[in-house]
Amino acid sequence: MPNAQDLLFRTLADPTRRAIFERLCRGGEQTVGALTAQAGVSQPAVSKHLGVLKLAGLVLDRPDGRQTHYSARAGALAPLIDWTSQMAGFWESRFDDLEDLLKRMDQ
Amino acid sequence: MTGTSTETRSVVVERDIAFPPETLWRALTQPHLIEAWLMKNDFVPVVGHRFDFRADWGSVACQVLQLEPNKTLAYSWGAMGLESTVTWTLTPTGTGTHLRMEQTGFRPDQQQAYHGAQYGWPRFFAALEQLLGREPS
Repeated sequence: MPNAQDLLFRTLADPTRRAIFERLCRGGEQTVGALTAQAGVSQPAVSKHLGVLKLAGLVLDRPDGRQTHYSARAGALAPLIDWTSQMAGFWESRFDDLEDLLKRMDQ
Repeated sequence: MTGTSTETRSVVVERDIAFPPETLWRALTQPHLIEAWLMKNDFVPVVGHRFDFRADWGSVACQVLQLEPNKTLAYSWGAMGLESTVTWTLTPTGTGTHLRMEQTGFRPDQQQAYHGAQYGWPRFFAALEQLLGREPS
């Protein structure tokens, strides 16, 4: 799914936006105000970043009176963490070490 | 990427090894030898035996499912929300052994993908940096 990956990479390429997303991943649901206090940019800028994250499916918003709470969306990064490609690389390198071991066993 | 949690996928790695199946079998089934190329473990070559692979990043919960000396070995492999089975197949060749590893498992569901994402962060950022490094700035 290159399109899903492109969108995620593009969205998270911005360091400020990525920092906001990471904070939501680690800290759970937070308001724009709470995020602004840590972001080092203005509240409208944080709101704009949250809008972009929401469009990419990376965050969810939950209106609550005058406040909106934002949270990281579980599974949003799934297109980037295809386990088959991760494990293929893992096993290829394990095979290399296995062959090295066999040579040592043979000596 | 909107598949359901029941979709099965596989990874296959195969290689011709210049050693006989008997030598390879020892490397696949003796704990101190397994540790030398894979991970620390408490493997025992008995069907039904539960064991763990342990690494600095965490552990993999396993159970021996199938065992036929010098021919085939299968164990379950559960880690980071991935429930899978790893099957080793050894086929003698004129010059050694054809070794085949197949890992079959289920694509993470939403909750599991979240755990996977937490684990995947370092890799994700490495991939991101690579991607950005390739693009003209």
